[in-house]
Amino acid sequence: MRNKGFSKHYYLMLLPGYIWLIMFSIVPMFGVLIAFQDYQPVRGVFGSEWVGLENFEYMFSLNDSKVIFFNTVFIALLKIIAHLIVPVIFALMLHEVQVAIFKRWVQTLVYLPHFLSWVILSGIIMDVFSFSGPVNNLLSLFGVDPVLFMGKPELFPYLIVGSDVWKEFGFNTIIYLAALTGINPSLYEAAALDGANRWHRLRHITLPGIAPTALLLLILSLGNVLNAGFDQVFNLYNPLVYSTGDIIDTWVYREGLLKLQFGLATAVGLLKSVVGFILITLSYYLASRFTNYRIF
Amino acid sequence: MIRETSAASRLFDIMLIIFLVVISLLCILPIWYTLMVSLSQKSAAAAGIVSVWPIGFNLNSYKEIMKDAVFFNSFWVSIQRVVLGAALSFVVTILMAYPLSKTTRDFRLRNVLMWILVFMMMFSGGLIPLYQTVKAYGLIDSIWVLVLSGGLPMFNVILVINFFRNLPKELEESAFVDGAGPWYTLVKLFVPLSVPVLATITLFSIVGHWNEFFSGLVFMTTPENYPLQTYIQQMVVQMDFTTINTDPEALKRLSELSNQTLNAAKIFIAMIPILIIYPFLQRFFVHGITLGSVKE
Repeated sequence: MRNKGFSKHYYLMLLPGYIWLIMFSIVPMFGVLIAFQDYQPVRGVFGSEWVGLENFEYMFSLNDSKVIFFNTVFIALLKIIAHLIVPVIFALMLHEVQVAIFKRWVQTLVYLPHFLSWVILSGIIMDVFSFSGPVNNLLSLFGVDPVLFMGKPELFPYLIVGSDVWKEFGFNTIIYLAALTGINPSLYEAAALDGANRWHRLRHITLPGIAPTALLLLILSLGNVLNAGFDQVFNLYNPLVYSTGDIIDTWVYREGLLKLQFGLATAVGLLKSVVGFILITLSYYLASRFTNYRIF
Repeated sequence: MIRETSAASRLFDIMLIIFLVVISLLCILPIWYTLMVSLSQKSAAAAGIVSVWPIGFNLNSYKEIMKDAVFFNSFWVSIQRVVLGAALSFVVTILMAYPLSKTTRDFRLRNVLMWILVFMMMFSGGLIPLYQTVKAYGLIDSIWVLVLSGGLPMFNVILVINFFRNLPKELEESAFVDGAGPWYTLVKLFVPLSVPVLATITLFSIVGHWNEFFSGLVFMTTPENYPLQTYIQQMVVQMDFTTINTDPEALKRLSELSNQTLNAAKIFIAMIPILIIYPFLQRFFVHGITLGSVKE
């Protein structure tokens, strides 16, 4: 069945989407030229002076660059590890529960934070961890002096990772629960007949059953090594914790839009985009190579 | 399912259930706490004695918000962007997904167009170029920038493409044989068959637009045009840390000054729309996560 005449209808259908794509994704891409200019907003992209790689050289000479690069990768890697381990453990625990209604209630409660924005959750977290908030009240029962959690650079990255796990672990278990229900129940029955106890079955049936899913998610998360989570950090950080909490995206925002260093901020953003693109491409390649995963 | 009856196994089950209850409570308590603070007396909230129940129950915070025109204005801006954003992304996504779900045999340029889309999904020019582009379009401070600046919802498009591809080919072919054109086939055949995935992407857009705060912050110059999340980010979350030092006394004074109960009430109201659609979110998101996978 060939439908040659349909092509023009197909183009017409694609038109609105590609106009949107061109206006808000492709046209801004040409704006990266700013990275190679001493950009002056009044002169525009065409009138500003070209400076070659000067912005990039300046970027590498800045002490800030090393700090934000390290912070970004450190927070992102911790998140990748935590998001791999916690949901697997939680899914395995939930899987062991045989009371269906209890399981549903747990799921209803733990999925909720995923749907709330970081603005809302930051407001809540700052309240909970505030000087006279519940966490400090609880600690005072054990004789610990109140801690200014949001102002401690040595705690900040862990607070970021911890709160991100709190928000997402429930939701991230969904994919593992789906993998767990995909395991053939007769495997468990056969193992039980052969005298395997709960631990044996976990070790030899359940874990191998979800290992491919865990591997796939790990590979795909490699694309996120430079994404420490802008929305979260932006809403939770403050100048007291810039030394450990400032990440590439927040720095670009402050340097570019608040201090109006357009050329420099664009250069940093561009470098991040290029490295991020390479990482994502690599992770998709690895995923399709080892786990027959395809995005489309 | 296999039932375990040994004492050790029963003990393990009980411990497991207790642990899961604690984890579930940890997910929900911070949100509950915020509601309780909003219902408490100001002095009690400032002293940090509110925990699981309100102290000095009153609705003053909510009464105060009722008189706050700026808050409601922002609420209205958010409603507008959610409706416009979800409707636009619904139409554009369906129209794009249909031609792109064809094989190259039926639609020759399909793969080229698809690769452009995937490349744009992984690579972006970054914040500063986007800002300059939006400015050049004259969209600063317009509701449309909130609707459009997030770009084409490519993830949704790919989700729907994969769903369309899994529909039986014979259905479409028999429609064509009966003389139906591509528009008729899409609207009368594909759309009704795709209700689950279309519900999922619509919920994605609703939650995404409701929760998004950053474009409001960057592209809106008058605070009256802020969507609700941006309003909350500015009024509640962003504390001016530059005025305080690490001196605990100064921080204490600041927390007494800030209107904790009112802020908590604003945060809670901003959560309500998500809580209302939460039952649907749970139903469709859980499916949505496994929906996108390619089955061959």
